[in-house]
Amino acid sequence: MNTRTDMNAQDPARDRAQNAAADPAKESASAHVSAVRRVWALREGRTGIILTGLVLLISVFGPLLAQPLTGFGPTEFADKPFQDSGIFGTDDLGRSVAARFLAGGLRLLCYSVLATALGLALGALLGIFAAYAGGVVDQIIMRINDVLLAIPQLVFALLAITVLGTHGWVLVTVIGITHAPRVARVARAATLGVIGEDYIRAAEMYAVPRWRIVVQEIAPNITGPLSVEAGLRLTYSIGTIASLSFLGLGMQPPVADWGLMINENRIALSVQPWGVLLPVAAIAVLTIGTNLLADAIARATANTNVEA
Amino acid sequence: MIAKLIARRLVFSVFILLAVSLIVFFATLLLPGDPARAILGQQATPERVAAINAQMHLDEPAVTRYLMWLGGLFTGDLGTSVASGGPVSALLGDRIAATLVLMGLAAVISVPLGVALGIWSALRRGGRTDSAITWVTLLLAALPEFVIGIALISIFATSVFRILPAVTMAPPGTPVWTLPSQLVLPTITLALVVAPYIARMMRTTMLEVLDSGFVEMARLKGVPERRVILRHALPHAIGPVAQVIAIQLAWLAGGVVVIEFLFRYPGIGQALIDAVTFRDVQVVQAISMLVAALYVVVNLLADIAGILSNPKIRSAA
Repeated sequence: MNTRTDMNAQDPARDRAQNAAADPAKESASAHVSAVRRVWALREGRTGIILTGLVLLISVFGPLLAQPLTGFGPTEFADKPFQDSGIFGTDDLGRSVAARFLAGGLRLLCYSVLATALGLALGALLGIFAAYAGGVVDQIIMRINDVLLAIPQLVFALLAITVLGTHGWVLVTVIGITHAPRVARVARAATLGVIGEDYIRAAEMYAVPRWRIVVQEIAPNITGPLSVEAGLRLTYSIGTIASLSFLGLGMQPPVADWGLMINENRIALSVQPWGVLLPVAAIAVLTIGTNLLADAIARATANTNVEA
Repeated sequence: MIAKLIARRLVFSVFILLAVSLIVFFATLLLPGDPARAILGQQATPERVAAINAQMHLDEPAVTRYLMWLGGLFTGDLGTSVASGGPVSALLGDRIAATLVLMGLAAVISVPLGVALGIWSALRRGGRTDSAITWVTLLLAALPEFVIGIALISIFATSVFRILPAVTMAPPGTPVWTLPSQLVLPTITLALVVAPYIARMMRTTMLEVLDSGFVEMARLKGVPERRVILRHALPHAIGPVAQVIAIQLAWLAGGVVVIEFLFRYPGIGQALIDAVTFRDVQVVQAISMLVAALYVVVNLLADIAGILSNPKIRSAA
C-alpha cells in the first residue's frame, strides 16, 4: 500500500492485542497498525476503544452467559411482572431483566455493522464513480443523492417498513441505503482531491484499466475520510435501529433487544427502572464509544496529511 | 444576479419535492393487499368494495392516481385514512400546529444556546471550559434522541425531582400549549440533540476568524474586546454556521418523530408511528411528504440566507 508511513517501529504486543479486539477490519499492513496506534495515542481514541470494546464484550458473550449467570433464558418467565426478584428484577411480562439485557445487544450490533458496511460500500462506489466519471454522470448521481437526502433517515425507514414489514433484512437494507448518499458526498470530495495527483496521471498514461486505477490507486488513498465516515455511520446506525426498536417497529417480540426492552418497560420507569436504565446505558455507552472513535480517527488521519 | 440564484434554488427545490413524491407514491404500490378490504374489514361485500374502489379511484391506472394524489396535496385533500375511515387532512390538522410549536420552541432555544456555547468555548481556547464544552458536546452528539429523553424523564419526572410531567397530559382536542409544563421536557430534549452540532461548528469557525488579520487589527487599534467579538468576528463566523443550523433544524423535522412518541405528544410524528403500525398507507404518504416539504423549505431558506449574507455575491450584483 502506498499510505505507508514512518511509524514502523516495533509495537508492544499489549497494544496490538487490545486494538485487534476492537478493530473489525483486521488488516496486517503495517500502515494500518500505525493508524490504530495513532488513534490509541489520543485520549478520545483510547476512551472510545475501551467503551466500544466493553459493550462489544457484553453483547457478544452476553447471550452465552445469560442462562448460567441469571438462571433464566431471555424469553423464560421468572416471576410476576415488575418484581425485584433476581439481580435486576423482572420486566413487563415477568421475564428476567438481567437475562434479557445480556442477550439483547448482539442483534442490534450485527444489524448496525451490516447496515454501515452496506451504506459505506454503496456510497463509496457511487462517490468514486461520480468523481472519476465526471460530467453528466456526476451530475445525475449527485442530483439523485440530493433527492434521497431530502427524506429524513427515520421517515425513509418508516416508509420502507410500512411497505415491506419489520424484517431484519429490511432494516439493514433501508438504513444502508439512507447512509449511501451521505457517504457518497464524502467519497466524491475525497476522490476529487486525489484524482489530479501525478500517480493517477501516470497510471492513466500506462493505460492501466480504469477499474484497476479505482481499486489500486484511488481507494487506498481515501481510506482516511472513509474510516471517519464508517465510525459516524456506525454511531447513527446504532441510534436509528435502536430508535426503530424503541418505536416498536424494529425488532419484534419476544426477541430480547435493548431498544425493544425500553419500549416494553418504560411504563414502569418509576417502579422498576432497571428494565429501562440498563439498555439505555448500554446504548449510550456504545454510541459514545463509536463517536469518540470516529473523532479520534478523524484527528489521527488529519495528522498524517499534515506530516506527509 | 441574486434573484437569479434564488430562482434557481427555488426551481431545484420544487424538482426535489416532485422526485420525493414519486418515491413516496410508487414505493407504496409494492404493498400487497387491498385498501378497500382493509377499510371495510368484516363488512367487505363485493358491492361495497367496488363502491370504495370507485370512491378512492383505486380502479384507475397508477399514473392517473399519482396525478390525482399530487393534485390533492395542493388542495389539502390528502386521501382517506384506512384506520379511521375519515379524511387524512382532518386527522392531521391540529397535529401539524402542535409539531410546529415543538420544533419552533426547540429552534428558538437551541440556536442561541449553541452559538453562545461555541463562542464561549472559542474564547477560552485550550482552557478547562473549552475542553469541558468540547467533551460534553461530543458525548451529546453521539446519543440517540430517545436516550437523552429518557435520561431527562428519569431525572426530572420519575426519580430525583418529580417536577415535570413525563408525558403529555392535555386531553385530546385541547391545544398543547394550554399546559406549558408538558412542553418543557420534549423541547429541552430536542434542543440538547441539536445544540451540540451548532456549538462545535461555531467553535471551529470562530477560532479561524479570531486568528485572522482583521480581528488582530481591530484589537491593535484598541477596539473593546466585546465589540471585536460581536461586530468584527461574529458576522464572519456565522456564515458556515448558518449551514449547520439549517441542517440541524431540518433534522428536527424527522427527529421530532421519536420524541413525540416518547412523550406521547399529539403531533404528526406520533400520527406517523400509529399509521406505520396499522399500515395506514395514505397517512404515511401524507406525513412523509409533509416532513420532506418541511425539510426542503428549511434548507431553501438557509440557502437564501446564505446567498443574501455572502458579501461576494452581494457586491457582484
